Amino acid sequence: MKATRNFVDKIKPNFEKGGKFEKLHSTFDAFETFLFVPNTVTHKGSHIRDVIDLKRTMSVVIFALLPALLFGMFNVGLQHFRVFGEINISDPYTFDLIWKCFWFGFLKVLPIIIVSYVVGLGIEFIFAQLRGHEVNEGFLVTGFLIPLVMPVDVPLWMVAVATAFAVIIGKEVFGGTGMNIFNPALLARAFIFFAYTPYISGDKVWVAGLNKAPEGIVDSYSGATPLADITNALTEGAHMVDWSNGTSPMNWFIGTIPGSIGETSTLAILLGAIVLLITGVASWRIMLSVFAGGYLTGLLFNAIGLNAAMDMPAYYHLMIGGFAFGAVFMATDPVTGSQTNTGKWIYGFFIGVLAVLLRVVNPGYPEGMMLSILFMNAMAPLIDHYVVQANVNRRKKRLKTAVK
Amino acid sequence: MSNVIRIKKGLDISLEGAATESIVQLPLADKYAVKPDDFMGFTPKLLVKQGDVVTAGSPLLFDKYRPEWVVTSPVSGTVSLINRGEKRKILEVVVTTDGKNEFKEFPVKPIRDLSREEIIELLLGSGLWNFIIQRPYGIVANPKDQPRSIFISGFDTAPLAPDMNFILKKEADNIEAGLEALAKLTSGSVNLSVNAEGETGVLNKVKGASVHRFEGPHPAGNVGVQINHIAPINKGEIVWTVDVQNLAIFGRFIKTGKVDMTKTIAVTGSQVENPQYYTIINGASIGSILKGKIKLQKQGDSVRIISGNVLTGQKVEENGFIGFYGNQITVIPEGDKYEMLGWAAPRFNKFSASRSYFSWLMPKKKYDLDTNINGGERALVMSGIYDNCLPMDIYPIYLIKAIMAGDIEKMENLGIYEVIEEDIALCEFVDPSKTEMQAILRDGINAMIKELN
Repeated sequence: MKATRNFVDKIKPNFEKGGKFEKLHSTFDAFETFLFVPNTVTHKGSHIRDVIDLKRTMSVVIFALLPALLFGMFNVGLQHFRVFGEINISDPYTFDLIWKCFWFGFLKVLPIIIVSYVVGLGIEFIFAQLRGHEVNEGFLVTGFLIPLVMPVDVPLWMVAVATAFAVIIGKEVFGGTGMNIFNPALLARAFIFFAYTPYISGDKVWVAGLNKAPEGIVDSYSGATPLADITNALTEGAHMVDWSNGTSPMNWFIGTIPGSIGETSTLAILLGAIVLLITGVASWRIMLSVFAGGYLTGLLFNAIGLNAAMDMPAYYHLMIGGFAFGAVFMATDPVTGSQTNTGKWIYGFFIGVLAVLLRVVNPGYPEGMMLSILFMNAMAPLIDHYVVQANVNRRKKRLKTAVK
Repeated sequence: MSNVIRIKKGLDISLEGAATESIVQLPLADKYAVKPDDFMGFTPKLLVKQGDVVTAGSPLLFDKYRPEWVVTSPVSGTVSLINRGEKRKILEVVVTTDGKNEFKEFPVKPIRDLSREEIIELLLGSGLWNFIIQRPYGIVANPKDQPRSIFISGFDTAPLAPDMNFILKKEADNIEAGLEALAKLTSGSVNLSVNAEGETGVLNKVKGASVHRFEGPHPAGNVGVQINHIAPINKGEIVWTVDVQNLAIFGRFIKTGKVDMTKTIAVTGSQVENPQYYTIINGASIGSILKGKIKLQKQGDSVRIISGNVLTGQKVEENGFIGFYGNQITVIPEGDKYEMLGWAAPRFNKFSASRSYFSWLMPKKKYDLDTNINGGERALVMSGIYDNCLPMDIYPIYLIKAIMAGDIEKMENLGIYEVIEEDIALCEFVDPSKTEMQAILRDGINAMIKELN
């Protein structure tokens, strides 16, 4: 540790004002504070401070995302080999099979993660330098979320463009982390969704290689996600949803189905949710109310029962598509979500309601979760405004009674 | 007796170095000082010059805008130094004692024969008026105001804070005299809040005030929190507050006519040998109190001496003086050290209110915390954690943001009249973005004062 510290101290002057690499000050600072918690002491206010900082907070979120990522890598391989007939759906999960699938997925997903981080952090470093700020740790999570909500075959340049869009337009124009209105990771996904729709919808994009190589695929195995199955049922006016590959709710819960890289496994996501809830990093109010909103809306539609999607058991909604992932990792973003406790209940509840509403009523946009979170991101300041205004009114009312 | 008011939100930070229950009387120190910065709103002008002879209670400074408002000497002796800072700002007026401890005599009568005006005159003349702090703003009260009511907190919940029931054990008479005099200053009530757990304590038994019993974690002992739960301050209202030990000094003065600033302080913190209580005269030099009591430091290590508690106290040097309102001195290690990958380490010996570290699994553990800021300043990102530290119907972050934006109307609407620095100190403590909230709040309060005058 001593040697590293001495080395850092030695090269530090080069990055200070007037040094050779003055323009890289923010970058240097980011790496220095990554290696060493700085020696700054309090000079105003409270003399002691909690040991938590944003680096720790963000690391907890990344830790919570690991199960979803690792499972996602495995599942990328599994889906690929199933489609190309190398693995049968009935094959047992031996260690060799799991390792083969994981390694395949690892090599597919790693480039996406690298592109997302390099592009996003590069932009963050530039903006931090221009503004004279320290680099905010927010992107460490965003850069991790972006790959997890992408289909595995998304072109890397598209990831780069979407990340750049999300960071610049979604965040930096508002003043950087802490000031943004929309969740940057979802914005990146929405950007691709609207700009390059064919790459992120349909039955073929969710499994590696399926889009490019129509030959050699197994006829009986479809790349359709459960959400796509619902959409198909709605457009065909079927009475029942015909689930591709004969998957059951158990498969959706475990996550061995086609889908975005990190979104398929409700189980892995729940593991992450446990980490977030125990550490208190994410709001349990938001998480709970998103699930409650989705489930209750599902029940309501069960009662109406006009189409196949409405007739589907309500709890299905919580496991398919990006619902669980969105509820646990996206809706709980403290910056873009509601910031008052009352507001959090309302904000979360409506995310759940809207997500299921969009899925059931509007088959044009099967993934309602992304849109409903973005919509409620926009609404969150309004919700908070009314919650805070209620506080203001209580104070004014108290004054009136006092005057009487 | 009224019901117990239970404070649910808040946080007790358990530190090493709590004072043991023993009081040592310290001999008269060599030097004492008053620091004009201790008195909020005070614009100092000198009444003495170097070499002047003073007695305990003779005025040293007066306020430029309210000349009847003075600051007096705590001891008798000679003015030995007037310590000035930038732009000749007066930092300290130092009095070297003559060892005789002579008092200026003030003409007192039995309290029941004193009128409101006479009491105010006595307090102003003796400098004890400075004990009366007004809310809103936390500044020294203006004698021309009619306070709605008066509030005294009878216990301190801050980290390592002195046990008021213990240090005031023998002061019941003085406190009751103080309460009787205070009652003449307001047409409203005089309220004393006590710790519900201290049933047998002296403060739980005194007469002359409406007693409110509180229970819960820090900041339950903050008078601002108590006011908020008893009768919150509305726009346009003024209430006065007095520290409970100062109330005893005040009662002593009203009975004897002597400015006897003797008080008992807790000397606490992990870097103090044998932390306990000491009886001193207010304004004593830190050296006289701490001599030989700070633990030997390793090479490269240093300590921070705080006049007050770790959340709201003032940093003082070893050759400095205890603050006018201090009931406590805390000595903790300076944290001017790098920590490799600290943010990723388990940090079992550090405390966090969040559960991202492990201190929540060890609720009984006492911590030796240093002054490291533990991170870097960032934009405000998290939400919810701040609300859990402020047991009032106030959204602290919205208030802080309104102050940062300089929006006077919003500050007023969001409750700036109800809080001062100590009330949001915990929000500052838990903040992962390391915002200087207490300083921001004071800026906001100053902006309000300026706007309304």
